[in-house]
Amino acid sequence: MSTSPQNMYPSAVPPVPRTGVRPHVLHGKPAASVTTLPIRPVAEVVVPKVALDEISLSYKTTSGERLLALDNISLEVTPGEFLCIVGPSGCGKSTLLHLIAGLHPQTSGKVLVDGTPVSGPGTDRILIFQELGLFPWLTVGGNVEFGMKMKNVPKAEREEKVQYYLRLVHLSKFRDSYIHQLSGGMRQRVALARALATEPDVLLMDEPFAALDAQTRDLLHDELERLWAETGRTIIFVTHNVREAVRLADRVALLTFRPGRVKQEFSVTLPRPRHMEQTDVARTARDILDCLRDEINKSLEAEYADEKRQ
Amino acid sequence: MKKLAKQLIFYSALIGFWALLAKLHIWPPYLFPPPWGVGHALWDGFADHSFWIGIAVTMKRMLIGYSLSVVLGMILGLAVSSSKFLEETLGGLLVSLQSLPSICWIPLAVLWFGLTEKAILFVVLMGSLLSVTIAMEDGRKQMPKIYGMAGRNLGASGFRLFWSVLLPASLPFIVNGMKQGWAFAWRSLIQAEMIFLSLGLGQLLMMGRDLSDMSQVMAVMILIVILGYLVDGLIFRTMERRLQEKYGLTPA
Repeated sequence: MSTSPQNMYPSAVPPVPRTGVRPHVLHGKPAASVTTLPIRPVAEVVVPKVALDEISLSYKTTSGERLLALDNISLEVTPGEFLCIVGPSGCGKSTLLHLIAGLHPQTSGKVLVDGTPVSGPGTDRILIFQELGLFPWLTVGGNVEFGMKMKNVPKAEREEKVQYYLRLVHLSKFRDSYIHQLSGGMRQRVALARALATEPDVLLMDEPFAALDAQTRDLLHDELERLWAETGRTIIFVTHNVREAVRLADRVALLTFRPGRVKQEFSVTLPRPRHMEQTDVARTARDILDCLRDEINKSLEAEYADEKRQ
Repeated sequence: MKKLAKQLIFYSALIGFWALLAKLHIWPPYLFPPPWGVGHALWDGFADHSFWIGIAVTMKRMLIGYSLSVVLGMILGLAVSSSKFLEETLGGLLVSLQSLPSICWIPLAVLWFGLTEKAILFVVLMGSLLSVTIAMEDGRKQMPKIYGMAGRNLGASGFRLFWSVLLPASLPFIVNGMKQGWAFAWRSLIQAEMIFLSLGLGQLLMMGRDLSDMSQVMAVMILIVILGYLVDGLIFRTMERRLQEKYGLTPA
Protein backbone atom coordinates (compact mmCIF):
# COMPACT_ATOMS: atom_id res chain seq x y z
CA MET A 1 0.00 0.00 0.00
CA SER A 2 1.50 3.28 -1.03
CA THR A 3 -0.65 5.68 0.96
CA SER A 4 -0.50 5.58 4.73
CA PRO A 5 -3.84 5.73 6.52
CA GLN A 6 -3.10 9.13 8.00
CA ASN A 7 -2.78 10.72 4.57
CA MET A 8 -6.30 9.69 3.75
CA TYR A 9 -7.86 12.14 6.14
CA PRO A 10 -8.78 15.64 5.04
CA SER A 11 -6.47 18.22 6.51
CA ALA A 12 -9.35 20.25 7.88
CA VAL A 13 -12.99 19.42 8.43
CA PRO A 14 -15.38 22.22 7.64
CA PRO A 15 -17.25 23.50 10.71
CA VAL A 16 -20.75 22.22 11.15
CA PRO A 17 -23.25 25.00 11.84
CA ARG A 18 -25.69 23.39 14.18
CA THR A 19 -26.41 25.95 16.84
CA GLY A 20 -29.41 28.12 17.42
CA VAL A 21 -32.22 25.62 17.19
CA ARG A 22 -31.10 23.62 20.20
CA PRO A 23 -32.52 23.99 23.70
CA HIS A 24 -30.54 25.56 26.51
CA VAL A 25 -28.12 23.57 28.56
CA LEU A 26 -29.82 21.63 31.26
CA HIS A 27 -27.88 19.33 33.46
CA GLY A 28 -29.05 16.79 35.96
CA LYS A 29 -32.76 16.92 35.21
CA PRO A 30 -34.60 13.65 35.74
CA ALA A 31 -35.77 11.86 32.59
CA ALA A 32 -39.44 12.64 33.03
CA SER A 33 -38.96 16.38 33.25
CA VAL A 34 -36.66 16.46 30.25
CA THR A 35 -39.21 14.95 27.92
CA THR A 36 -41.92 17.34 29.09
CA LEU A 37 -39.80 20.47 28.83
CA PRO A 38 -41.42 22.57 26.08
CA ILE A 39 -38.17 24.01 24.74
CA ARG A 40 -38.38 22.18 21.42
CA PRO A 41 -41.63 23.23 19.79
CA VAL A 42 -40.89 21.32 16.55
CA ALA A 43 -40.02 18.10 18.34
CA GLU A 44 -43.34 18.20 20.18
CA VAL A 45 -45.31 17.81 16.97
CA VAL A 46 -43.06 15.43 15.04
CA VAL A 47 -43.53 11.69 15.52
CA PRO A 48 -40.35 10.39 17.15
CA LYS A 49 -38.05 8.60 14.72
CA VAL A 50 -37.40 5.89 17.29
CA ALA A 51 -39.44 5.39 20.42
CA LEU A 52 -38.72 2.82 23.10
CA ASP A 53 -41.90 2.08 24.98
CA GLU A 54 -41.31 0.42 28.36
CA ILE A 55 -38.73 -2.04 27.08
CA SER A 56 -37.70 -4.83 29.42
CA LEU A 57 -35.43 -7.75 28.79
CA SER A 58 -34.68 -10.68 31.04
CA TYR A 59 -32.92 -13.93 30.31
CA LYS A 60 -31.92 -17.16 31.99
CA THR A 61 -28.28 -17.41 33.04
CA THR A 62 -26.37 -20.67 32.76
CA SER A 63 -26.98 -21.31 36.47
CA GLY A 64 -30.71 -21.12 35.82
CA GLU A 65 -31.42 -17.78 37.51
CA ARG A 66 -33.50 -15.18 35.74
CA LEU A 67 -31.57 -12.01 35.19
CA LEU A 68 -33.24 -8.70 34.46
CA ALA A 69 -30.96 -6.91 32.00
CA LEU A 70 -33.11 -3.98 30.93
CA ASP A 71 -35.86 -2.59 33.10
CA ASN A 72 -38.70 -0.55 31.71
CA ILE A 73 -36.75 1.68 29.37
CA SER A 74 -38.60 4.48 27.63
CA LEU A 75 -36.77 6.83 25.30
CA GLU A 76 -37.71 8.96 22.34
CA VAL A 77 -35.39 10.07 19.59
CA THR A 78 -36.46 12.85 17.25
CA PRO A 79 -35.61 12.71 13.53
CA GLY A 80 -32.08 13.90 12.88
CA GLU A 81 -31.12 13.78 16.52
CA PHE A 82 -27.78 12.51 17.80
CA LEU A 83 -28.43 10.56 20.98
CA CYS A 84 -25.65 9.02 23.04
CA ILE A 85 -26.37 6.26 25.52
CA VAL A 86 -23.83 6.10 28.32
CA GLY A 87 -23.52 3.56 31.10
CA PRO A 88 -21.09 1.35 32.99
CA SER A 89 -20.03 -1.94 31.40
CA GLY A 90 -22.72 -4.54 31.92
CA CYS A 91 -25.64 -2.12 31.92
CA GLY A 92 -27.09 -3.60 28.75
CA LYS A 93 -26.50 -0.64 26.47
CA SER A 94 -25.26 -2.81 23.60
CA THR A 95 -28.19 -5.12 24.10
CA LEU A 96 -30.52 -2.17 23.80
CA LEU A 97 -29.09 -1.39 20.36
CA HIS A 98 -29.55 -5.02 19.30
CA LEU A 99 -33.21 -4.74 20.31
CA ILE A 100 -33.67 -1.57 18.27
CA ALA A 101 -31.94 -3.28 15.33
CA GLY A 102 -34.44 -6.13 15.70
CA LEU A 103 -31.73 -8.77 16.12
CA HIS A 104 -33.16 -9.96 19.44
CA PRO A 105 -36.71 -9.83 20.74
CA GLN A 106 -37.35 -7.95 23.97
CA THR A 107 -39.22 -9.61 26.83
CA SER A 108 -41.81 -6.87 27.02
CA GLY A 109 -42.45 -3.40 25.66
CA LYS A 110 -42.24 -2.06 22.13
CA VAL A 111 -39.69 -0.55 19.80
CA LEU A 112 -41.39 1.92 17.46
CA VAL A 113 -39.87 3.40 14.34
CA ASP A 114 -41.96 6.23 12.89
CA GLY A 115 -44.71 5.02 15.17
CA THR A 116 -44.72 1.46 13.78
CA PRO A 117 -43.63 -1.45 16.00
CA VAL A 118 -40.45 -3.26 14.94
CA SER A 119 -40.65 -7.03 14.54
CA GLY A 120 -37.24 -7.90 13.09
CA PRO A 121 -34.18 -6.54 11.33
CA GLY A 122 -34.84 -3.84 8.75
CA THR A 123 -32.61 -1.74 6.56
CA ASP A 124 -34.21 1.42 7.92
CA ARG A 125 -32.05 0.84 11.02
CA ILE A 126 -28.47 -0.26 10.53
CA LEU A 127 -26.29 -1.27 13.44
CA ILE A 128 -22.53 -0.81 13.39
CA PHE A 129 -21.27 -3.52 15.70
CA GLN A 130 -18.51 -3.01 18.20
CA GLU A 131 -16.55 -5.78 16.42
CA LEU A 132 -17.71 -4.29 13.08
CA GLY A 133 -18.46 -7.68 11.50
CA LEU A 134 -17.04 -6.68 8.14
CA PHE A 135 -16.96 -9.61 5.73
CA PRO A 136 -13.36 -10.69 5.15
CA TRP A 137 -14.23 -12.62 1.97
CA LEU A 138 -15.42 -9.42 0.26
CA THR A 139 -13.40 -6.41 -0.84
CA VAL A 140 -14.06 -3.00 0.66
CA GLY A 141 -16.35 -2.25 -2.30
CA GLY A 142 -18.07 -5.62 -1.88
CA ASN A 143 -18.76 -4.90 1.76
CA VAL A 144 -20.25 -1.50 1.01
CA GLU A 145 -22.34 -3.00 -1.78
CA PHE A 146 -23.67 -5.88 0.31
CA GLY A 147 -26.74 -4.25 1.85
CA MET A 148 -27.82 -2.81 -1.51
CA LYS A 149 -27.45 -6.23 -3.13
CA MET A 150 -29.77 -7.69 -0.51
CA LYS A 151 -32.24 -4.91 -1.31
CA ASN A 152 -32.00 -5.81 -5.03
CA VAL A 153 -30.74 -2.37 -6.01
CA PRO A 154 -29.81 -2.46 -9.74
CA LYS A 155 -26.11 -2.90 -10.50
CA ALA A 156 -25.48 0.51 -12.07
CA GLU A 157 -26.98 2.28 -9.09
CA ARG A 158 -24.99 0.12 -6.69
CA GLU A 159 -21.75 1.00 -8.48
CA GLU A 160 -22.53 4.67 -8.25
CA LYS A 161 -23.41 4.53 -4.57
CA VAL A 162 -20.39 2.46 -3.62
CA GLN A 163 -18.24 5.14 -5.21
CA TYR A 164 -20.18 7.91 -3.53
CA TYR A 165 -20.02 6.46 -0.03
CA LEU A 166 -16.39 5.42 -0.31
CA ARG A 167 -15.56 8.97 -1.31
CA LEU A 168 -17.57 10.21 1.64
CA VAL A 169 -15.38 8.24 4.07
CA HIS A 170 -12.20 8.93 2.06
CA LEU A 171 -11.56 5.34 1.01
CA SER A 172 -12.03 5.51 -2.76
CA LYS A 173 -8.52 4.21 -3.36
CA PHE A 174 -9.14 1.13 -1.25
CA ARG A 175 -12.19 -0.16 -3.05
CA ASP A 176 -10.47 -3.38 -4.13
CA SER A 177 -8.56 -4.00 -0.90
CA TYR A 178 -9.50 -6.72 1.52
CA ILE A 179 -10.46 -5.89 5.08
CA HIS A 180 -7.36 -7.35 6.73
CA GLN A 181 -5.20 -5.01 4.65
CA LEU A 182 -6.70 -1.94 6.33
CA SER A 183 -5.85 -0.19 9.57
CA GLY A 184 -8.31 -0.04 12.46
CA GLY A 185 -9.51 3.46 11.64
CA MET A 186 -10.01 2.55 7.99
CA ARG A 187 -12.05 -0.51 8.94
CA GLN A 188 -14.26 1.73 11.05
CA ARG A 189 -14.88 3.91 8.04
CA VAL A 190 -15.67 0.89 5.85
CA ALA A 191 -18.24 -0.16 8.45
CA LEU A 192 -19.64 3.36 8.39
CA ALA A 193 -19.82 3.39 4.59
CA ARG A 194 -21.41 -0.07 4.55
CA ALA A 195 -24.06 1.10 6.98
CA LEU A 196 -24.70 4.40 5.18
CA ALA A 197 -24.92 2.75 1.74
CA THR A 198 -28.16 0.98 2.66
CA GLU A 199 -29.44 4.49 3.35
CA PRO A 200 -30.97 3.83 6.75
CA ASP A 201 -32.95 6.51 8.55
CA VAL A 202 -31.38 5.46 11.81
CA LEU A 203 -27.76 4.64 12.43
CA LEU A 204 -27.07 2.57 15.52
CA MET A 205 -23.47 2.62 16.69
CA ASP A 206 -22.13 0.32 19.40
CA GLU A 207 -18.91 1.74 20.91
CA PRO A 208 -17.47 1.97 17.42
CA PHE A 209 -14.36 3.90 18.36
CA ALA A 210 -13.50 2.19 21.64
CA ALA A 211 -10.56 0.23 20.25
CA LEU A 212 -8.92 3.11 18.39
CA ASP A 213 -6.03 5.36 19.37
CA ALA A 214 -6.91 8.91 20.41
CA GLN A 215 -5.79 10.64 17.20
CA THR A 216 -7.71 8.32 14.91
CA ARG A 217 -10.75 8.58 17.14
CA ASP A 218 -10.69 12.37 17.06
CA LEU A 219 -10.54 12.35 13.27
CA LEU A 220 -13.41 9.90 13.07
CA HIS A 221 -15.46 12.06 15.43
CA ASP A 222 -15.00 14.96 13.02
CA GLU A 223 -15.95 12.77 10.07
CA LEU A 224 -18.97 11.31 11.80
CA GLU A 225 -20.20 14.78 12.71
CA ARG A 226 -19.72 15.92 9.12
CA LEU A 227 -21.57 12.86 7.75
CA TRP A 228 -24.37 13.39 10.23
CA ALA A 229 -24.71 17.00 9.13
CA GLU A 230 -24.57 16.09 5.43
CA THR A 231 -26.96 13.14 5.50
CA GLY A 232 -29.36 14.21 8.24
CA ARG A 233 -29.53 10.72 9.74
CA THR A 234 -30.76 9.97 13.21
CA ILE A 235 -27.93 8.47 15.24
CA ILE A 236 -28.07 6.43 18.44
CA PHE A 237 -24.55 6.01 19.69
CA VAL A 238 -23.55 3.82 22.62
CA THR A 239 -20.35 4.49 24.53
CA HIS A 240 -18.87 4.19 28.00
CA ASN A 241 -16.77 7.31 27.37
CA VAL A 242 -18.70 10.29 28.73
CA ARG A 243 -16.46 12.84 27.06
CA GLU A 244 -17.00 11.19 23.72
CA ALA A 245 -20.74 11.35 24.34
CA VAL A 246 -20.58 15.08 25.13
CA ARG A 247 -18.34 15.63 22.11
CA LEU A 248 -20.92 14.12 19.77
CA ALA A 249 -24.42 14.17 21.17
CA ASP A 250 -27.41 16.47 21.18
CA ARG A 251 -28.61 14.50 24.16
CA VAL A 252 -27.01 11.98 26.50
CA ALA A 253 -29.05 9.27 28.21
CA LEU A 254 -27.50 7.70 31.26
CA LEU A 255 -28.23 4.04 32.03
CA THR A 256 -27.96 2.44 35.47
CA PHE A 257 -26.03 -0.73 36.20
CA ARG A 258 -27.97 -4.02 36.13
CA PRO A 259 -30.80 -3.81 35.56
CA GLY A 260 -30.36 -1.07 32.98
CA ARG A 261 -32.77 1.81 33.54
CA VAL A 262 -32.66 5.36 32.23
CA LYS A 263 -31.25 7.21 35.20
CA GLN A 264 -31.15 10.65 33.70
CA GLU A 265 -31.00 12.56 30.44
CA PHE A 266 -28.82 15.52 29.63
CA SER A 267 -29.18 17.95 26.77
CA VAL A 268 -25.89 19.11 25.31
CA THR A 269 -26.12 22.44 23.54
CA LEU A 270 -22.47 23.37 23.33
CA PRO A 271 -21.80 24.88 19.90
CA ARG A 272 -20.43 22.56 17.23
CA PRO A 273 -17.89 21.55 16.18
CA ARG A 274 -16.69 20.51 19.60
CA HIS A 275 -13.48 18.92 20.64
CA MET A 276 -12.77 16.30 23.28
CA GLU A 277 -10.18 18.53 24.97
CA GLN A 278 -12.40 21.62 25.19
CA THR A 279 -12.94 22.86 28.76
CA ASP A 280 -16.72 23.19 28.47
CA VAL A 281 -16.89 19.66 27.05
CA ALA A 282 -14.84 18.47 30.00
CA ARG A 283 -17.03 20.38 32.45
CA THR A 284 -20.26 18.97 31.06
CA ALA A 285 -18.70 15.50 31.05
CA ARG A 286 -17.80 15.97 34.72
CA ASP A 287 -21.42 16.70 35.64
CA ILE A 288 -22.58 13.57 33.87
CA LEU A 289 -19.73 11.54 35.29
CA ASP A 290 -20.69 12.56 38.84
CA CYS A 291 -24.09 11.11 38.18
CA LEU A 292 -22.57 8.00 36.61
CA ARG A 293 -20.03 7.34 39.37
CA ASP A 294 -22.45 5.44 41.62
CA GLU A 295 -23.27 3.13 38.74
CA ILE A 296 -19.63 2.53 37.88
CA ASN A 297 -18.95 1.66 41.52
CA LYS A 298 -21.85 -0.77 41.52
CA SER A 299 -20.51 -2.38 38.37
CA LEU A 300 -17.03 -2.73 39.86
CA GLU A 301 -18.39 -4.13 43.11
CA ALA A 302 -20.34 -6.73 41.18
CA GLU A 303 -17.21 -7.71 39.28
CA TYR A 304 -15.16 -8.08 42.47
CA ALA A 305 -17.94 -10.10 44.08
CA ASP A 306 -17.90 -12.44 41.09
CA GLU A 307 -14.17 -12.87 41.51
CA LYS A 308 -14.46 -13.67 45.21
CA ARG A 309 -17.08 -16.28 44.54
CA GLN A 310 -14.79 -18.17 42.17
CA MET B 1 15.59 -20.89 -2.45
CA LYS B 2 17.43 -21.42 0.79
CA LYS B 3 14.76 -23.83 1.98
CA LEU B 4 15.05 -25.81 -1.25
CA ALA B 5 18.82 -26.08 -0.83
CA LYS B 6 18.41 -27.38 2.72
CA GLN B 7 15.90 -29.95 1.54
CA LEU B 8 18.17 -31.02 -1.30
CA ILE B 9 21.08 -31.57 1.09
CA PHE B 10 18.88 -33.41 3.56
CA TYR B 11 17.47 -35.85 1.01
CA SER B 12 20.87 -36.43 -0.61
CA ALA B 13 22.30 -37.25 2.81
CA LEU B 14 19.38 -39.55 3.58
CA ILE B 15 19.79 -41.48 0.33
CA GLY B 16 23.56 -41.51 0.82
CA PHE B 17 23.16 -43.04 4.27
CA TRP B 18 20.73 -45.58 2.89
CA ALA B 19 23.19 -46.49 0.10
CA LEU B 20 25.97 -46.83 2.66
CA LEU B 21 23.91 -49.16 4.85
CA ALA B 22 23.03 -51.27 1.80
CA LYS B 23 26.71 -51.40 0.72
CA LEU B 24 27.74 -52.67 4.16
CA HIS B 25 25.59 -55.79 3.51
CA ILE B 26 24.39 -56.05 7.11
CA TRP B 27 21.12 -57.41 5.77
CA PRO B 28 20.69 -59.37 2.52
CA PRO B 29 19.56 -57.18 -0.43
CA TYR B 30 16.17 -58.94 -0.73
CA LEU B 31 15.36 -57.69 2.79
CA PHE B 32 17.07 -54.31 2.55
CA PRO B 33 17.28 -53.19 -1.06
CA PRO B 34 19.71 -50.43 -2.03
CA PRO B 35 18.40 -47.11 -3.42
CA TRP B 36 19.36 -48.03 -6.97
CA GLY B 37 17.37 -51.28 -6.63
CA VAL B 38 14.29 -49.29 -5.69
CA GLY B 39 15.08 -46.87 -8.53
CA HIS B 40 15.15 -49.81 -10.91
CA ALA B 41 11.84 -51.09 -9.60
CA LEU B 42 10.30 -47.64 -10.12
CA TRP B 43 11.67 -47.51 -13.67
CA ASP B 44 10.42 -51.01 -14.50
CA GLY B 45 7.06 -50.35 -12.97
CA PHE B 46 6.49 -47.30 -15.14
CA ALA B 47 8.06 -48.98 -18.19
CA ASP B 48 5.68 -51.95 -18.13
CA HIS B 49 2.74 -49.57 -17.39
CA SER B 50 1.77 -51.43 -14.21
CA PHE B 51 2.45 -48.33 -12.06
CA TRP B 52 0.57 -46.06 -14.45
CA ILE B 53 -2.42 -48.39 -14.34
CA GLY B 54 -2.15 -48.66 -10.56
CA ILE B 55 -2.09 -44.89 -10.15
CA ALA B 56 -5.01 -44.41 -12.54
CA VAL B 57 -7.13 -47.06 -10.82
CA THR B 58 -6.34 -45.75 -7.35
CA MET B 59 -6.95 -42.11 -8.24
CA LYS B 60 -10.26 -42.93 -9.91
CA ARG B 61 -11.47 -44.71 -6.77
CA MET B 62 -10.20 -41.84 -4.69
CA LEU B 63 -12.14 -39.32 -6.73
CA ILE B 64 -15.39 -41.27 -6.54
CA GLY B 65 -15.12 -42.28 -2.88
CA TYR B 66 -13.86 -38.94 -1.70
CA SER B 67 -16.43 -36.89 -3.62
CA LEU B 68 -19.17 -39.05 -2.15
CA SER B 69 -17.89 -38.60 1.36
CA VAL B 70 -17.48 -34.84 0.98
CA VAL B 71 -21.02 -34.37 -0.30
CA LEU B 72 -22.58 -36.70 2.26
CA GLY B 73 -20.34 -35.39 5.04
CA MET B 74 -21.34 -31.80 4.37
CA ILE B 75 -25.03 -32.64 4.38
CA LEU B 76 -24.64 -34.69 7.56
CA GLY B 77 -22.50 -32.04 9.22
CA LEU B 78 -25.00 -29.31 8.41
CA ALA B 79 -27.85 -31.43 9.70
CA VAL B 80 -26.08 -32.31 12.94
CA SER B 81 -24.99 -28.73 13.60
CA SER B 82 -28.39 -27.22 12.96
CA SER B 83 -30.44 -29.53 15.18
CA LYS B 84 -29.93 -29.76 18.90
CA PHE B 85 -31.55 -33.20 18.93
CA LEU B 86 -29.31 -34.61 16.19
CA GLU B 87 -26.26 -33.09 17.82
CA GLU B 88 -26.93 -34.77 21.15
CA THR B 89 -27.75 -38.15 19.60
CA LEU B 90 -26.14 -38.70 16.20
CA GLY B 91 -23.29 -36.27 16.98
CA GLY B 92 -22.03 -38.41 19.84
CA LEU B 93 -22.28 -41.59 17.78
CA LEU B 94 -20.26 -40.04 14.97
CA VAL B 95 -17.46 -38.98 17.30
CA SER B 96 -17.23 -42.44 18.86
CA LEU B 97 -17.32 -44.15 15.45
CA GLN B 98 -14.47 -41.91 14.39
CA SER B 99 -12.19 -43.89 16.73
CA LEU B 100 -12.76 -46.99 14.58
CA PRO B 101 -9.92 -47.54 12.07
CA SER B 102 -11.45 -47.78 8.63
CA ILE B 103 -9.87 -51.20 8.06
CA CYS B 104 -12.35 -52.57 10.60
CA TRP B 105 -15.10 -52.02 8.04
CA ILE B 106 -13.48 -54.44 5.57
CA PRO B 107 -15.09 -57.66 6.85
CA LEU B 108 -18.55 -56.07 6.67
CA ALA B 109 -17.81 -54.55 3.29
CA VAL B 110 -16.75 -57.93 1.87
CA LEU B 111 -19.81 -59.68 3.27
CA TRP B 112 -22.23 -57.03 2.03
CA PHE B 113 -20.75 -56.20 -1.36
CA GLY B 114 -18.39 -59.13 -2.14
CA LEU B 115 -14.92 -58.52 -3.53
CA THR B 116 -16.12 -55.66 -5.68
CA GLU B 117 -15.44 -52.03 -6.42
CA LYS B 118 -18.42 -51.13 -4.22
CA ALA B 119 -16.80 -52.72 -1.18
CA ILE B 120 -13.67 -50.60 -1.63
CA LEU B 121 -15.70 -47.43 -2.05
CA PHE B 122 -17.65 -48.34 1.07
CA VAL B 123 -14.45 -48.59 3.11
CA VAL B 124 -13.19 -45.27 1.74
CA LEU B 125 -16.52 -43.64 2.49
CA MET B 126 -16.62 -44.93 6.05
CA GLY B 127 -13.02 -43.87 6.55
CA SER B 128 -13.45 -40.25 5.56
CA LEU B 129 -17.15 -39.46 5.89
CA LEU B 130 -16.98 -39.02 9.65
CA SER B 131 -14.02 -36.69 9.65
CA VAL B 132 -15.66 -34.47 7.02
CA THR B 133 -18.90 -34.48 9.02
CA ILE B 134 -17.19 -33.61 12.29
CA ALA B 135 -15.07 -30.89 10.68
CA MET B 136 -18.20 -29.35 9.10
CA GLU B 137 -20.02 -29.44 12.40
CA ASP B 138 -17.10 -27.86 14.25
CA GLY B 139 -16.80 -25.24 11.53
CA ARG B 140 -20.42 -24.22 11.87
CA LYS B 141 -19.93 -23.89 15.63
CA GLN B 142 -16.63 -22.02 15.48
CA MET B 143 -17.80 -19.56 12.86
CA PRO B 144 -18.06 -16.17 14.56
CA LYS B 145 -21.72 -15.33 15.23
CA ILE B 146 -21.12 -11.72 14.26
CA TYR B 147 -21.23 -12.48 10.53
CA GLY B 148 -24.72 -13.94 10.72
CA MET B 149 -25.90 -10.96 12.75
CA ALA B 150 -24.23 -8.46 10.42
CA GLY B 151 -25.83 -10.21 7.44
CA ARG B 152 -29.30 -10.10 8.97
CA ASN B 153 -28.73 -6.50 9.97
CA LEU B 154 -27.98 -5.61 6.35
CA GLY B 155 -31.16 -7.23 5.12
CA ALA B 156 -30.08 -10.79 4.27
CA SER B 157 -32.35 -13.66 5.23
CA GLY B 158 -33.17 -17.26 4.33
CA PHE B 159 -31.24 -18.76 1.44
CA ARG B 160 -29.40 -15.53 0.64
CA LEU B 161 -28.14 -15.29 4.20
CA PHE B 162 -26.84 -18.85 3.90
CA TRP B 163 -25.34 -18.40 0.44
CA SER B 164 -23.82 -14.92 0.81
CA VAL B 165 -22.83 -14.93 4.47
CA LEU B 166 -22.90 -18.23 6.35
CA LEU B 167 -21.29 -20.29 3.59
CA PRO B 168 -18.36 -17.95 2.85
CA ALA B 169 -17.91 -17.34 6.57
CA SER B 170 -17.41 -21.05 7.16
CA LEU B 171 -15.32 -21.69 4.05
CA PRO B 172 -12.00 -21.94 5.93
CA PHE B 173 -13.52 -24.62 8.14
CA ILE B 174 -15.01 -26.43 5.17
CA VAL B 175 -11.64 -26.56 3.40
CA ASN B 176 -10.04 -27.82 6.57
CA GLY B 177 -12.67 -30.57 6.75
CA MET B 178 -12.11 -31.48 3.12
CA LYS B 179 -8.38 -31.72 3.75
CA GLN B 180 -8.83 -33.99 6.73
CA GLY B 181 -11.32 -36.07 4.78
CA TRP B 182 -8.80 -36.47 1.97
CA ALA B 183 -6.09 -37.72 4.35
CA PHE B 184 -8.43 -40.29 5.87
CA ALA B 185 -9.81 -41.37 2.49
CA TRP B 186 -6.29 -41.86 1.10
CA ARG B 187 -5.24 -44.11 4.00
CA SER B 188 -8.46 -46.09 3.90
CA LEU B 189 -8.21 -46.69 0.18
CA ILE B 190 -4.64 -47.98 0.26
CA GLN B 191 -5.53 -50.26 3.17
CA ALA B 192 -8.56 -51.62 1.37
CA GLU B 193 -6.60 -52.14 -1.83
CA MET B 194 -3.99 -54.17 0.01
CA ILE B 195 -6.60 -56.74 0.94
CA PHE B 196 -8.55 -56.95 -2.32
CA LEU B 197 -7.36 -58.10 -5.71
CA SER B 198 -7.87 -54.68 -7.05
CA LEU B 199 -5.23 -53.43 -9.55
CA GLY B 200 -4.56 -50.35 -7.41
CA LEU B 201 -1.37 -49.19 -5.73
CA GLY B 202 -2.21 -51.15 -2.59
CA GLN B 203 -2.33 -54.35 -4.55
CA LEU B 204 0.96 -53.57 -6.30
CA LEU B 205 2.51 -53.22 -2.88
CA MET B 206 1.13 -56.58 -1.74
CA MET B 207 2.29 -58.14 -5.00
CA GLY B 208 5.81 -57.03 -4.09
CA ARG B 209 5.44 -58.77 -0.76
CA ASP B 210 4.14 -61.97 -2.34
CA LEU B 211 7.14 -62.05 -4.69
CA SER B 212 9.50 -61.15 -1.84
CA ASP B 213 10.48 -58.14 -3.93
CA MET B 214 11.22 -55.48 -1.34
CA SER B 215 12.42 -53.12 -4.08
CA GLN B 216 8.92 -53.09 -5.51
CA VAL B 217 7.35 -52.69 -2.06
CA MET B 218 9.48 -49.68 -1.34
CA ALA B 219 8.97 -48.24 -4.81
CA VAL B 220 5.19 -48.36 -4.32
CA MET B 221 5.53 -46.92 -0.82
CA ILE B 222 7.45 -44.00 -2.27
CA LEU B 223 4.77 -43.54 -4.94
CA ILE B 224 2.03 -43.50 -2.29
CA VAL B 225 3.91 -40.91 -0.26
CA ILE B 226 4.58 -38.71 -3.28
CA LEU B 227 0.99 -38.84 -4.52
CA GLY B 228 -0.40 -38.19 -1.06
CA TYR B 229 1.96 -35.29 -0.57
CA LEU B 230 1.22 -33.80 -3.98
CA VAL B 231 -2.49 -33.62 -3.32
CA ASP B 232 -2.27 -32.62 0.33
CA GLY B 233 0.75 -30.37 0.12
CA LEU B 234 0.10 -28.71 -3.19
CA ILE B 235 -3.66 -28.60 -3.66
CA PHE B 236 -5.04 -28.36 -0.14
CA ARG B 237 -2.27 -26.36 1.50
CA THR B 238 -2.36 -23.85 -1.35
CA MET B 239 -6.11 -23.53 -1.04
CA GLU B 240 -5.82 -23.14 2.71
CA ARG B 241 -3.05 -20.57 2.46
CA ARG B 242 -4.90 -18.49 -0.11
CA LEU B 243 -8.03 -18.51 2.03
CA GLN B 244 -6.15 -17.61 5.18
CA GLU B 245 -4.45 -14.75 3.40
CA LYS B 246 -7.69 -13.43 1.99
CA TYR B 247 -9.54 -13.79 5.29
CA GLY B 248 -6.63 -12.20 7.16
CA LEU B 249 -6.20 -15.22 9.44
CA THR B 250 -2.42 -15.11 9.11
CA PRO B 251 -0.23 -12.04 8.95
CA ALA B 252 0.11 -11.58 5.20
